[in-house]
Amino acid sequence: MSRVVLRSARRSALLATATAMSLSALALAGCSGSNDSGGASSDKESAGSLKGQTITVYSGQHEQTVSALVKDFQARTGIRANVRSGDEAELANQILTEGPASPADVFFAENPPALTTLENKGLLAKVNAATLAAVPSADSSAQGDWVGVSAREAAFVHNTGKLQAGQVPPTVKDLADATWRGKLGIAPGETDFTPIVTRMIKTQGEAGAKSWLEGLKANSKVYGSNEDLVAAVNRGEVEGGVIDHYYWYRLRDEQGAAHIHSALGYFKQGDPGALVDVSGAAVLSHGKHQAAAQAFLAYLTSKPAQQIIATSESYEYPLAAGVKNAKVSRSLADSGSVAQAGDLGDGKDALQLLQSVGLL
Amino acid sequence: MRTLRNLPGPLPLVAGLVALLVASPLVFVGLQATQAGSDTAHRLLARPVMETLLWHTVALTTVVTAGTLVLGFAAAYLVERTDLPGCRAWTVALAMPLAVPEFVHGYSWVSLFPQVQGYWGAVLVMTSSLYPLVFLPVAATLRHADASTEEVARSLGHGRLAPLWRVTLPLTRPALAGGALLVSLYLLGEYGAFAMLRYTTFATAIYNEFQTSFDMASASLLTLALVGLALLLVALDARAARRGRVVREGTTGRGCALVPLGRWKPVAAGALAAVVGVTLGVPVFALVHWLARGSSTTLPSASIVTETATTLGYALSSAAVATAAAVPVALYSWRRPTRLARTVERAAYLTRALPGIAVALSVVYFAIRYAQPLYQQPSLLVAGYVVLFFPLALTSVRASLAHVPHGVEDVARSLGVHRIVVLSRVTLPLILPGLGAAFAMVTLTASTELTATLLLRPTGTETLATQFWVYTTGLSYGAAAPYAAVMVALSVPAVLMLTRRTLGTRATAPREI
Repeated sequence: MSRVVLRSARRSALLATATAMSLSALALAGCSGSNDSGGASSDKESAGSLKGQTITVYSGQHEQTVSALVKDFQARTGIRANVRSGDEAELANQILTEGPASPADVFFAENPPALTTLENKGLLAKVNAATLAAVPSADSSAQGDWVGVSAREAAFVHNTGKLQAGQVPPTVKDLADATWRGKLGIAPGETDFTPIVTRMIKTQGEAGAKSWLEGLKANSKVYGSNEDLVAAVNRGEVEGGVIDHYYWYRLRDEQGAAHIHSALGYFKQGDPGALVDVSGAAVLSHGKHQAAAQAFLAYLTSKPAQQIIATSESYEYPLAAGVKNAKVSRSLADSGSVAQAGDLGDGKDALQLLQSVGLL
Repeated sequence: MRTLRNLPGPLPLVAGLVALLVASPLVFVGLQATQAGSDTAHRLLARPVMETLLWHTVALTTVVTAGTLVLGFAAAYLVERTDLPGCRAWTVALAMPLAVPEFVHGYSWVSLFPQVQGYWGAVLVMTSSLYPLVFLPVAATLRHADASTEEVARSLGHGRLAPLWRVTLPLTRPALAGGALLVSLYLLGEYGAFAMLRYTTFATAIYNEFQTSFDMASASLLTLALVGLALLLVALDARAARRGRVVREGTTGRGCALVPLGRWKPVAAGALAAVVGVTLGVPVFALVHWLARGSSTTLPSASIVTETATTLGYALSSAAVATAAAVPVALYSWRRPTRLARTVERAAYLTRALPGIAVALSVVYFAIRYAQPLYQQPSLLVAGYVVLFFPLALTSVRASLAHVPHGVEDVARSLGVHRIVVLSRVTLPLILPGLGAAFAMVTLTASTELTATLLLRPTGTETLATQFWVYTTGLSYGAAAPYAAVMVALSVPAVLMLTRRTLGTRATAPREI
């Protein structure tokens, strides 16, 4: 952390210039946000100074959607973006290993803990205020180090041959009951699972969360990934499991509706399992293209980008006001509020609990 | 002669340097592990899952290694020492599972037979995909070795089994030991296939640690435990290799004396056909099935051509570098079988047991500090591949050196020829088949590598494996299928080369020196 504080004077001067530049770029991007068809040309003019720059984006997000976003961003701003796609955890580890020498300008992650980890290590720059203002304030880091871009919801996927819609448990706590023995699947190694455990610790206390996890472990088959889990539920290997909603939609796209033998159910609002979780993006504080990176974040939260997210195959919820995802049957408003990043933390407590019960 | 051999040359220096580079991931893991406090260390190592992981890892490694030894030896014996017809076709078919990456093997089984999971699923899939690593070197040894000793043993009325046990088996001991070492180290480090089969081992736990905790110290601590297991394996191999060394080569004259199978012939043919059906038929069937059925299948886009070219470029260049780097290390330990030489050689093997992510992160760590201009450049990915696959190259080169009579270099040098000339005119031609095998093995493995590629590739570059990964993580198995198919197709020439180079012609043909 001291590395960040002890920046040389020259560097801070550079940063100040960059911030000023990015603010102007941002103001323009903000304009385009409110006027979604006519914004493109004004964007191009505004970003004139940044045009021709190339930023490097480390992205743990759905690749097809990111490439559509980047293409549109390039067309609008003239800034090129090199995308490095990978698993968000691998990319976060890579940034941590690279340290200040990282070539990354932007980190686009799937879940808050990956971003919070980098935030805690002092590797992130403040996001411009206009960008933060484009999405509800609860969807971004409280310190303003990263901005929420889209959201996903935890759901209980169940095999329709084995379980009726009415049999979906109202709360994730019920899954630890002995009645579920041998019927569940979980993917504890996924970064999507940790936030639910974190919320169980918050609401049930450490001991309560631990006995819940032990019950869950006794009831469940363990899968390596959510992809494996949703496919296993669909073919009836287990009756149900907790996943993020979009895995089911992607499975439906892949296998065709005729081969789908599963459906999504939801825990009741306010339950630790009824988790709405954001994907966010951040600017790396040591990145060499601060202004262009800020422009990319501004773009991600602008209407055109949110519209791409809303209609993409990633089936995530856009966060900007006035943009809805019509491809997902449930609206974000029905899902309850987004989990506060501060409440999810960096996931360390959940991890230790998962390890102590032997799930990891 | 002794004085000649003892002359200091650049060889120890070069060999040491190569070994140091290849072993650098171990240094990285050690450095990181020391960052974990003793509390963390205790909590991590004493948690309940450790016992399970240890047991899983040991049980799987033991059974799969034994399985590949039995299967590999039996297949090689049937093909090389009996009158079973179609020896060449069998050899190619039995080696071909090597062309299918393990994660494709894993997915093939899981997608067709979801019940293939857990311990027995892992045993089945890993034995199927790894047994050629034993089959090929054993078949090569049997083919090149003089069969007259076995024939003599039989002519003395020892039946069939006694010569098999007392002559053939000792003859192939170095090949068996080398194959077993590779197989078991592979198993220690493998992640993708086990994740698909829902079988947890040390490697999958280390991945989880990296993925969920963003904490390199604790992941490295687990990795060190894995290195401990690998050390044990390397020590075992050292004992096995010491016990069998000299192979009398049938460089002149005679062909194999074939054991007549008689009425067992159809049984043997049926058994081999079953092996091929299970190990090769299943993945081929699954690939065709995905291509035909997945609704996300699109005709291969134009990008598949670019990705194929990229993949080939990286695989071929890393194969060339890894093979070249293996020569000094193998030569050094062959000429000077000292304790130091052996240590240098063995350190290189340990890397094979490290999970790809640990190796990749170590390359990131050292490159960003000491070679920043190279970071995320093509040369760095090649370097990462070389570090990862050096042991494969080393095994092949070492195996071919085992067949070169000691002293042949001394004779050449005693004629007053310079060291370099001896190397290029005598030693290298003798181990040429081994170099070819090393090259083919590395090409094969590098063209399907995923984890290190994701971390080390130049930003924006995709290989067939990374594209396959993109689609499978998006659940688009149909779209992923063409990439898997091209990966397999690309690997076929390497496997063919491997079988041809390893087997060469029967011992009857004079070898060029």
